[in-house]
Parts: sequence; structure tokens; C-alpha cells
Amino acid sequence: MEKIQVKICAGTACFVMGAPQIQALEFSTPEDLADKIEVTEVRCMNHCSQGKGYNKGPFVEVNGEVIEEATMEKVITKIRDLIAKEEEEKC
Amino acid sequence: MLIPKNYANQMRSRILVKVVESFYKDRFESADEIPIEMRPKDYDSSRCCIYKDRAILKYRMMAAMGFTPQEETNEAKQLKDYGKEALKRQNHAKSCLAVIDIACSACVKSQYMVTDACRGCFARPCVMNCPKQAISIINGRSHINPDLCVSCGKCLEVCPYHAVVKLPVPCEEACPVGAIRKDEHGVEHINEETCISCGKCLQSCPFGAIVERSQLVDVLNLIHNTDKKVVAMLAPAVVGQFPFEINQVVGALKKIGFDDVVEVAAGADVTSKNEAAEFIERMKEGKSFMTTSCCPAYYRAAEVHIPELKPFVSNTKTPMYYAAEMLKKEQPDCVSVFVGPCLAKRSEAEYDPNVDYVLTFEEIGAMFVGAGVEIGDCEQAQFAKVSSAQGRNYPLSGGVAGAVGNLVEGEVEFRPERIDGLSKENIKLLKKYATKGSENNMIEVMCCEGGCIAGPGCIALAKKAARQVETYVAQGVNQKDMK
Repeated sequence: MEKIQVKICAGTACFVMGAPQIQALEFSTPEDLADKIEVTEVRCMNHCSQGKGYNKGPFVEVNGEVIEEATMEKVITKIRDLIAKEEEEKC
Repeated sequence: MLIPKNYANQMRSRILVKVVESFYKDRFESADEIPIEMRPKDYDSSRCCIYKDRAILKYRMMAAMGFTPQEETNEAKQLKDYGKEALKRQNHAKSCLAVIDIACSACVKSQYMVTDACRGCFARPCVMNCPKQAISIINGRSHINPDLCVSCGKCLEVCPYHAVVKLPVPCEEACPVGAIRKDEHGVEHINEETCISCGKCLQSCPFGAIVERSQLVDVLNLIHNTDKKVVAMLAPAVVGQFPFEINQVVGALKKIGFDDVVEVAAGADVTSKNEAAEFIERMKEGKSFMTTSCCPAYYRAAEVHIPELKPFVSNTKTPMYYAAEMLKKEQPDCVSVFVGPCLAKRSEAEYDPNVDYVLTFEEIGAMFVGAGVEIGDCEQAQFAKVSSAQGRNYPLSGGVAGAVGNLVEGEVEFRPERIDGLSKENIKLLKKYATKGSENNMIEVMCCEGGCIAGPGCIALAKKAARQVETYVAQGVNQKDMK
């Protein structure tokens, strides 16, 4: 199974609005997800300038799907959803 | 303490951004719309209702403008008017931490409680070991009489079923000096006389009820509404606070209107030099040990709460002091703004005529966002002065002692010890050292666990920031090899 790509925006706005709190994923990955995800810090993905505004930040992309006002909780839920979906497709 | 990953501290950053934005938009003319915009009618409230949420947001905004909730004399006074008052003031208000009384949930008084896991056993060690006979058996279970309990915790230690729990009050537990206490209604209050401004209460309150007076508006006002030259003094912990090259951060500061940016790590080099000389002198005089002095929260704690330790605390000034002194010598007419991770620096600055304002990394972060500046797009700019590797290492636990050790090598014996985090336990330990002496002769004390990179004014994850500081240290030159 390919690793799920978690891109945490580290543009100025997202960073100030709380991206570092999600970066904690790099240091304390839930055990069952450790070998299934790849977390990267990326430069501004321009979600803030495309109408949404920095107020909706921090933005995180999980396999290309954008999460607004991202929190650790939201990101982990999204990852688990994707894993569950993939497993279903396998069956 | 609460992990740095929670909604309360995220809200603090958001409020700061909103205040900056409101300043740029219309000089706070429409500031009163912000609490409503953040908690609109159909929003899920964080507390009992959106109306209480909005009321608390107003107090948060007041704090960001430099007013504590206690300064409210007229409840009808609008944010717009607070904003205007902030823009009129010539000197910033005295820094202080304060409790938003309506946000404080008045946690139950810290106590021990017997849970349902109690089996009412035959041995009853809790009853037998309680020194105040506060425990009796009611309906076949142990029960603690709160009027007799002195919170010694013996019952928790001896219960074979781990049925006794301690209900903490997070802010009181976090405060190393007992400066935050409940009033008769259970609401917390901070004693300004004994507070060391470390900010641990602010970081630990799960309701985000603690705020501090910001100087953000004062600095924005200076930059945009006066022709004064405003210079930012960047604390060494800045490396790693923004996920960009440090020189780009310098560029971004210039873009938002700072005329010049100096590196406080250059002041750290002076501190290391003076502290090393002082250490050698004290050891030759036969003193048993010396502690560092650059953490302002610890310095104040020693002064107010551990007076017996005072003779052992170094008299050397902090990196901020030396950096500001150098700056004011070169540019006597400038306004100096220290930018760092620390809340206690605000109190230190009050006694330092060369430091005019103090901001946190979080506050300058909010300035970047509110002004629409993307650091990644900024030109790289250089610091006026270059610091040594040792000066750059100050914000990590062990960094200050390391810098002094580097300079005293070969002169006197150097046995360093780190006090990493000023907890209640570590204060006891320091008291013991003061009266009974210490095995080690150089005690480095940092109030924040992990060092300044874990300060309450930081944005980045401490672990990640530490790595970046280490890289920056590696690029520096040994202080011994500098002229």
C-alpha cells in the first residue's frame, strides 16, 4: 500500500494559525499509522489566497484533499477514513 | 502542563491576528464586529452559549490592545474606544498577567477524592495512614472529609486499588511560586507582588482564562503613526520559530516597518564573557557555586522567593541588556523593541532604560499575517552584528552553561548542572543548594523546560525549533576564535 501523503502548509499564515500543532504528527505518530503516512512540511499552498482567506487556516492536504482549520484530530480522522476506504476496496 | 497542542493557545494567536488586521483596516473603528464575526449566530459555542464566548473574546481583544479585564470600569465601553485609547497612549501599560474572571471555570479546590474503585477493603490503609483522621467509611466505601483533609496525598499512595485520585487545579499546579490563588468564589487571582511572570499559568489553563497585556498596538502605532526609528532586537530563540531562513525573517521584519534588526545573540556573547570572568573570580574566592542570571523569571524567583540563593546568583546582565546597551550607544534616538519567546522579559524591560518595548514571536507572527506579509516571499536581509556559535546556543537548556564553560576551560574547574524548568520541586532543590551547598559549581537555571525555545511566546514546536537552533549553532564560529 502506498503511503498516505500528509502535507502540512508552513506558509506564514498557516504557521501562525497553528500548523506547528499538527507538525506534532512527525514526533508522536499514532502507532497504527506510523508506517502508513508520510508527513511533509510544504511551502504556502495558496489555499489562503484562493478565496478562502487565512482565517480558514491552517490548511493540510491529505492525499490531495484539503482540510480547512486543520487540527491534529481532523487530520487523523481523515487519514483513518482513507485507510478504511482503501481496505474496503481491497475486499 | 497542557501540551502545546490545544484550542486555547490557537485562539490567542487568532485574536492577535484579528487585532493587527483591525489596526490596518480602519484603526479599530469596526473592532466590535470581530467577536460577532468569530462567533456568529449558528456557530457551536465553546462555552454555554455564543454570547458568553463573545464576551470573553472581547476581554481577549482588550488584552491584545494592552488592557486587563480588571481595568474595565464601564462595561458598555466598546473595543473601538479601547483601541483609540491604546493609540493615544505614549508609554505602554505595565506588563502583567491577569485572569478573565468570567472565563475562569473556577475548578474545584485541589483535593483528593475516593472513586468508585474503592472496595471498602478490610485493611483500610487509607484510614489508618491518614494523619488527620479525615477518612471514614460511609456506605461501605472510604470517604474523605474535605474540612479535615490537608491534601498530603498519603491515601493515594497507600490505596492498593489506586482508588484515590487527585483533582488538580492546572494553573495552581503549574505556578512554581504559588502566586495564583482562588477567591471566595473559587475564581483565580494573580498576586502581582509574588508573580514571576513566567507564563506557566497562561500555558496551562484549559479554559484559556489567563491573558497578559500586550504591547502590540503600541509598536504598530510607533511604526505607522510616528516617524521614530523602530529597531527590532531578535532573541536567539527566533531561529526555528518560523519555517524559513532566518535572514528572510529579518527581511520580513523590515517589510512590516522595522527600520533595523539586530541579533540579541551578539549580546549573549557579552554575557558569556562577563559571566565567565565572574565565575573564575568567585571560584578563586572559594565560593561553592554560582547560578546563571539570564532567565528573568528565575532571577525574579530568586529575589522574591529564594532570598537565601541570592548571593549565589551571577550579577552579570542578560543578553537583552547588553544588546540594548550596544544598540542605544550606536543609535541613541531609536525605539528598541525586544522580540522573544518570553513573558518575563516584559518585566525585566521595565527596569532596563534601554529596552522600550517587548513583543513575543507569536505577536510578530500575528503582525506578519495581519499585514499580509509572506516571509517566504521576502528578500534576505542581514543582521547588523554576527554572533558566535555559543551565543546562538543560549535558548537551549544547557546552552548558557556551555558558553561559559567554553570560556573558563583551563582556568578553573567547571562542573555544570542544568535546572531544566523551574518547577516547585526544583525551587526546593535550589533552596537546598543555597543552605547546604552543591556538588556542582555552575548551575544553569531555565524557567521553561527545554529552554527558551519552549517559552510561552513561541509559535513553533519546541522539538522542531531545537533542531533548527542546533543547525544554526553549527554554522557559527567559536567565541574563542572571534575578535
